[in-house]
Amino acid sequence: MPGAIHAEGLVKTFGDVRALDGVDLDVPEGTVLGLLGPNGAGKTTAVRVLTTLLRPDSGTAVVAGVDVLKNPNEVRRSIGLSGQFAAVDEYLTGRENLQMVGQLYQMGARAAKARASELLERFGLAEAADRTAKTYSGGMRRRLDLAAALVVSPPVMFMDEPTTGLDPRNRQALWEVIQELVAGGTTLLLTTQYLEEADHLAHDICVIDRGRVIARGTSDQLKARTGGERVEVVVHEREDIAAAEEVLRVLGKGETAVQEHTRKVVVPVVGGAKLLAEVIRELDTRGVEIDDIGLRRPTLDDVFISLTGHGAGKGEAK
Amino acid sequence: MSTMSDSLVIARRNLIRMTRIPEMVLFGLVQPVMFVVLFTYVFGGSMKIGDSTDPDVYKNFLMAGIFAQTVTFATAGAGAGIAEDMHKGLIDRFRSLPMARGAVLTGRTFADLVQTTLTLVVLAVVALIVGWRPGFAESTNVGKILGGFGLLLLLGYAFTWIGALIGLSVRTPEAATSGGLIWLFPVTFISNAFVDSRQMTPWLRHIAEWNPFSATVQACRELFGDPGLSSSGAWPMQHPVWASLIYSALIIVVFRTLAVRKYRSATA
Repeated sequence: MPGAIHAEGLVKTFGDVRALDGVDLDVPEGTVLGLLGPNGAGKTTAVRVLTTLLRPDSGTAVVAGVDVLKNPNEVRRSIGLSGQFAAVDEYLTGRENLQMVGQLYQMGARAAKARASELLERFGLAEAADRTAKTYSGGMRRRLDLAAALVVSPPVMFMDEPTTGLDPRNRQALWEVIQELVAGGTTLLLTTQYLEEADHLAHDICVIDRGRVIARGTSDQLKARTGGERVEVVVHEREDIAAAEEVLRVLGKGETAVQEHTRKVVVPVVGGAKLLAEVIRELDTRGVEIDDIGLRRPTLDDVFISLTGHGAGKGEAK
Repeated sequence: MSTMSDSLVIARRNLIRMTRIPEMVLFGLVQPVMFVVLFTYVFGGSMKIGDSTDPDVYKNFLMAGIFAQTVTFATAGAGAGIAEDMHKGLIDRFRSLPMARGAVLTGRTFADLVQTTLTLVVLAVVALIVGWRPGFAESTNVGKILGGFGLLLLLGYAFTWIGALIGLSVRTPEAATSGGLIWLFPVTFISNAFVDSRQMTPWLRHIAEWNPFSATVQACRELFGDPGLSSSGAWPMQHPVWASLIYSALIIVVFRTLAVRKYRSATA
């Protein structure tokens, strides 16, 4: 059964740039898909197509059971969009913004008013409700933007880089809101450049680069593709590098790698914390003084670099 | 989903914005008032209308021209407002909502119409203060005078649709402001608004006499009983009220169609 968001073969070109080059997506109902990619990868274009803002050159898309190309207005009733830029009217108060959006979702004036109060309360904006959005902090604007997307509690949500530019505290707070939403059964497509964010929020991840999906799976599956855990040791004295390398060669499972200038030795391992303890004991026995040691698991950053050959954020400019 | 109710929601939003940025409304008033005063006192003494160089004649001739120019300047406001909405991502939000397609633009033009009405009221008072007297040349009545203002508002409304198209077509609000204004200078000056078009070289006079803008000015002079009516045989000068109505309706139909089409594919 196709998911709440289902797209096949989406192509969109701008001049000679293929912003989308045959993208397939499927997001089962009630789950979160993280669309991960560098700037200019095609994430925003994909969201714009799925939210009826842009017509693709070819391909099909169904959102909430409705064909996006054939029946865009029907789709608009079932979706909420929270954009990369907080799209609120800064000269209107928080309350006026939400009331307006409610009325444009075709709610009656009274219902829109009640819903606005409810959302302002829920997003911690009740005190600022009657101030113009111009006076809001970045985090407050983002919350207001998200509240605007939730006015009709749409079953399908799209968030285009929801936490870009937010400080860690506000990012954490927004993550909590998003998790609450998903727990309530909302299907969510989220784009992000933050690997941590996708790791944290998404059930499934699609890595997209230059308009193509280059990998998909759960966070664990993607990490497994880049290899498992490894032990990293930084020795105190340069002369000890050889000794440390020998220890790791014996206990590790694979090639050791040495970085002379940082005095760092790395080896893939199997066995986790227990093995790490063993390495520490062995190094201690040999009298190797260490500055740092740790068990590292691959991050989505590592995944990204191994898939694209460049880090996130180093793609072509938009 | 109704175009009218959605348009009213958007119009209300734009009117609230105007109350939050009163300086914008104020500047919109200062400029035409300045024109009235400058033209009346600087040019007033040296302008020849028909055979008269009487400053009182020019003053009464001038007002319809200033009124008409003022209403067309609403174009720039509409264009800049819509360009700003695009720039800020608000148009994306509106386009993702289940609302009537033309409502964002229609709502904006409604709000501009309210502002234009306010401006015209202030301007009419200033005009009366400096000595404009409806019925100066021909007799008139309240109905005719209101009819004249109605034609002015219709012209202003039509021009905001041109502004809407400009706002959707440019990349920045700044470009919309200047792009919305510059072409208005030739349109409003190559006309009968400030000088007697009979004194222009023939080819320029033809343009002036067929200029849609001139039709409204001529219609207002006729309805207000102002001096300096063009006696040209050109059809819009002979039937200015009809010409004004037809021109404004045509501008609305053409530019509304183009602007709404542009809106549907608008990208920030």
